[in-house]
Amino acid sequence: MPDLLIELFSEEIPARMQARACDDLKKRMTDGLVEAGLTYAGAAAFATPRRLTLALEGLLSESPTLREERKGPRVDAPEKAIEGFLRGAGVTRDALEVRDEKKGQVYFATITKPGRPAAEIVADVLDDTIRNFPWPKSMRWGAGSLRWVRPLHSILCILTDDAGEAQIVPLDVDGIKAGDSTEGHRFMAPGRFSVTSFEDYAAKLKRAHVVLNPEERAGHIWQEATNLAFARGLDVVEDKGLLQEVAGLVEWPVPLMGEIGAEFLDLPPEVLQSSMKEHQKFFSVRNPKTGRIEQFVTVANRETADQGATILAGNQKVLAARLADAKFFWENDLRIAKEGMGPWLDSLENVTFHNKLGSQAERIARIAALAREIAPVVGADPDLAEQAAQVAKADLSSEMVYEFPELQGIMGRYYAVEAGLPEDVAAACEEHYAPLGPSDAVPSRPVSVTVALADKLDTLAGFWAIDEKPTGSKDPYALRRAALGVIRLVLENSLRIGLQDKFEDALDLLRSPRYEKMRDGLFHDMWQDFQRGKEVSDEIKEFIGASAENEIQMVSKALAAGPSARESVVRKAIHDIADLWVTQRSGIEWRGEFVPMRDDLLSFFHDRLKVYLKDQGIRHDVIDACIAMEGNDDLALLVKRAQALQDVLQTEDGTNLVQGFKRANNILTQAEEKDGVEYSFGADPKFAEDDTEKALFAALQDAEKTIAAAGKDEDFARAMGAMAALRGPIDAFFEAVQINSDNEILRRNRLNMLHSIRQICLQAADLRRLDG
Amino acid sequence: MSDSTGKPRSFQEIILRLQAYWAAKGCAVMQPYDMEVGAGTFHPATTLRSLGSRAWAAAYVQPSRRPTDGRYGESPNRLQHYYQYQVLIKPSPPDLQALYLGSLEAIGIDMEMHDIRFVEDDWESPTLGAWGLGWEVWCDGMEVSQFTYFQQVGGHDCHPVSGELTYGLERLAMYVLGVDHVMDMPFNDPDAPIALSYGDVFLEAEAQFARWNFDVADTDVLLRHFEEAEAECDRILNAPELDPKTGRRIVMALPAYDQCIKASHFFNLLDARGVISVTERQAYIGRVRALAKKCADAYVLTADGGFAA
Repeated sequence: MPDLLIELFSEEIPARMQARACDDLKKRMTDGLVEAGLTYAGAAAFATPRRLTLALEGLLSESPTLREERKGPRVDAPEKAIEGFLRGAGVTRDALEVRDEKKGQVYFATITKPGRPAAEIVADVLDDTIRNFPWPKSMRWGAGSLRWVRPLHSILCILTDDAGEAQIVPLDVDGIKAGDSTEGHRFMAPGRFSVTSFEDYAAKLKRAHVVLNPEERAGHIWQEATNLAFARGLDVVEDKGLLQEVAGLVEWPVPLMGEIGAEFLDLPPEVLQSSMKEHQKFFSVRNPKTGRIEQFVTVANRETADQGATILAGNQKVLAARLADAKFFWENDLRIAKEGMGPWLDSLENVTFHNKLGSQAERIARIAALAREIAPVVGADPDLAEQAAQVAKADLSSEMVYEFPELQGIMGRYYAVEAGLPEDVAAACEEHYAPLGPSDAVPSRPVSVTVALADKLDTLAGFWAIDEKPTGSKDPYALRRAALGVIRLVLENSLRIGLQDKFEDALDLLRSPRYEKMRDGLFHDMWQDFQRGKEVSDEIKEFIGASAENEIQMVSKALAAGPSARESVVRKAIHDIADLWVTQRSGIEWRGEFVPMRDDLLSFFHDRLKVYLKDQGIRHDVIDACIAMEGNDDLALLVKRAQALQDVLQTEDGTNLVQGFKRANNILTQAEEKDGVEYSFGADPKFAEDDTEKALFAALQDAEKTIAAAGKDEDFARAMGAMAALRGPIDAFFEAVQINSDNEILRRNRLNMLHSIRQICLQAADLRRLDG
Repeated sequence: MSDSTGKPRSFQEIILRLQAYWAAKGCAVMQPYDMEVGAGTFHPATTLRSLGSRAWAAAYVQPSRRPTDGRYGESPNRLQHYYQYQVLIKPSPPDLQALYLGSLEAIGIDMEMHDIRFVEDDWESPTLGAWGLGWEVWCDGMEVSQFTYFQQVGGHDCHPVSGELTYGLERLAMYVLGVDHVMDMPFNDPDAPIALSYGDVFLEAEAQFARWNFDVADTDVLLRHFEEAEAECDRILNAPELDPKTGRRIVMALPAYDQCIKASHFFNLLDARGVISVTERQAYIGRVRALAKKCADAYVLTADGGFAA
């Protein structure tokens, strides 16, 4: 059973694409081979900056011969039909077999698909894989039309048999002929060499200064880096993403440790880290005693005669230039921060947040106002929350955040401290962005929580108001993430907050600038009319005449008085008229759009909540049953109810109660439909004939009391327990009693009893929405 | 010029060595384009020559202007006027990386002592409607060149593909010569009877242009020039192909492209004057791109652009 080795050798593959390319190469090749009948024992793929490699062990040397039996026409069928069958099956007549079937003698053909040698199949599959490789971005080069991530230079493709003999798989992809050779390190071991197997290949590559396995390179980098740091009593700051990236930039990693100039050591550690990582791909090295970042590790792609001294010196120089820039930004920023960040806030007026939602400054004003509204529910000081919201995004104008956008918030916190703002405000500058991902920590300081909620609610309300909701896989403004953020902020801080109210507040705040613009425009027009001697228009009189009677009269009097009228008084009157008119008019218009928006937003939250709770093991139908209840915009309440329902459904009483409830509900619904009445009159115990009927009466009365009381206390476990306790009486009742009695009085009374069951149970949760 | 195998000693020697190297590799060594451009890519020898099927190989120095980068000559490495060295070969040869590395050796970078890396950096010019894939080339962590395989220019797919190399000459030279401030860099041989530094040549110009770019340039005039260049570009391209005077078919892609270059430069000046808002910015870039596209459309209708009557 031969082994297969493939290497696709190209110019430098972007580091971020290598891991995925390994997976794709492996999947596409193995899928294609297996589909063609070539199974294998094991597969492994590797990438370096210049090569993608796939090694398959224990491949079949040829695909198995396939036999297929095909039933043909009857022996006495017309000649044409028989010839057609022969053509279709690709066999001659003497190869046909005649069998007796029920309907007579029938021809059968056996079609044999001979196996193909592995080399032939590999060539086909590899050709197809190369031509259809799913690179995130690919290109053409030279005069050819082949696409690859960067120019593809050579293809190594060999099958090695059990005796160790290698055979080149004949293949030509746009003039690139497969061979058995490759190249080593670009600088340390240039030149081509041939290989006979994967082991031979990996060994020769290592001699040619190429470590094939990216994990081995990453492991080596990490170990060397930590050794270098350890020798000086320092720690390398862990960064898995950076490690993977750097491992994708080198074939022969040589970590080198260098110093950060003393003049830069006072920069915030995040700035040093970002600057070194983003621009230079350096690891940060921390002094555990001072907690400061004091050195760096860079990873060279070669060894040199001077043990990397020249390389390190060059890197240090570049870093110094970078950090000089960062220091310059930091010092400029500090000057503005210490003066209270005024210029930053001013300049946010010129930064568009979204062309339909205004500038960042307008957005901040909304968030600040919303934060005031939310603060009491969270237990935050409204003044502090408003202040925090006002400065939380100031750092977006700072030079440092312009240079390193990922430092937004982090810089804000530093600058707020420099501006002498309270600690809670400074913390909110950083924490109000959280939580960003599902595993990101949720802030707990009340001011941070308040601003975080206000920020996210404004974003959601805003994009709902301009109808830019997420659709399918498209969510360019990360609104799902924002909603999940709100959900986690509320639940993990056990906040009791009616979201509908807050949506309304947020939507109202979005409206006010529009409203002010309308009012000012109307005032302007009316003032001009007044100066031309015109009365207030009939349209306005008709609409708000009643509520603005005095003001309209004042305008009339002023017109009559002519130039002697006091201007300020008239201006105020006209302003008030405009204000009233716009409030009433726009209020009505806005309501029309507003209510569906608010409700739609809530159902979006419910969808996100379902996803979130499903991950916590709560069934989606349980959540549905609770969403149908009142107070469903209070997420903490909703979850409490859902948890209690989920728990009771895991008891035997609970599941049986649901069955009983559904039975009662079905019988009742059918009867109501049939009779065209609603049996909500309440049953009368004096018509109870059977003992079980009497017992159910008593049980329902008890349950109703308990559920009502427990509901008030939000003790859903008790409410659900009381509901589940009805299981026995209900089951016994159905066992003993015929609902549709011939006696109409008894029947009606029993239906009324079923209604009580429905009504009482529905107070706990909408059991009709449960599955099964 | 000193010994061409050792370390170069001046800014101009690095340029001369690059010229000699690429000439030896068969490139037509061209001169800078005689207009203000933001980068060497704007030279018609790159933008337009990358279109169509005709083979091409050129190398040249291009003075480039980026008004917003002016620092009055005070920054160690930022200039509003600087030089790029540009190489364009079509179709891109299979050994372009090796050729490029050879040019680094030619200017005195010892491959045995330095760490040269090709780090992903895809190039896109929104004003030219152009993009390509390639790398920034690092030498010991410093970006010394851009290396790009052009995929599209002026909205046209590139067939064949051109390989483009761009060296930021000041930065590269500072690195090779070990200079920390650009103005201190020897421009000519430091042992010449009249030794000149980069600052001797350009310090005053940097201050003067920075002042003009940032504060003095008349924005109304610039705006008008922009509109005029845009209109003239359109007018030229709308002229009939057949020249009534000579009776010949003459498509005027090059004169139209000059107007596109002008519009682009006026936009850069307006941008430096701070009179273009964030939203307007996109609109202006779109207008220049529209011109570049029309010029590219016209160029492929010329003989150089591969048009066969």
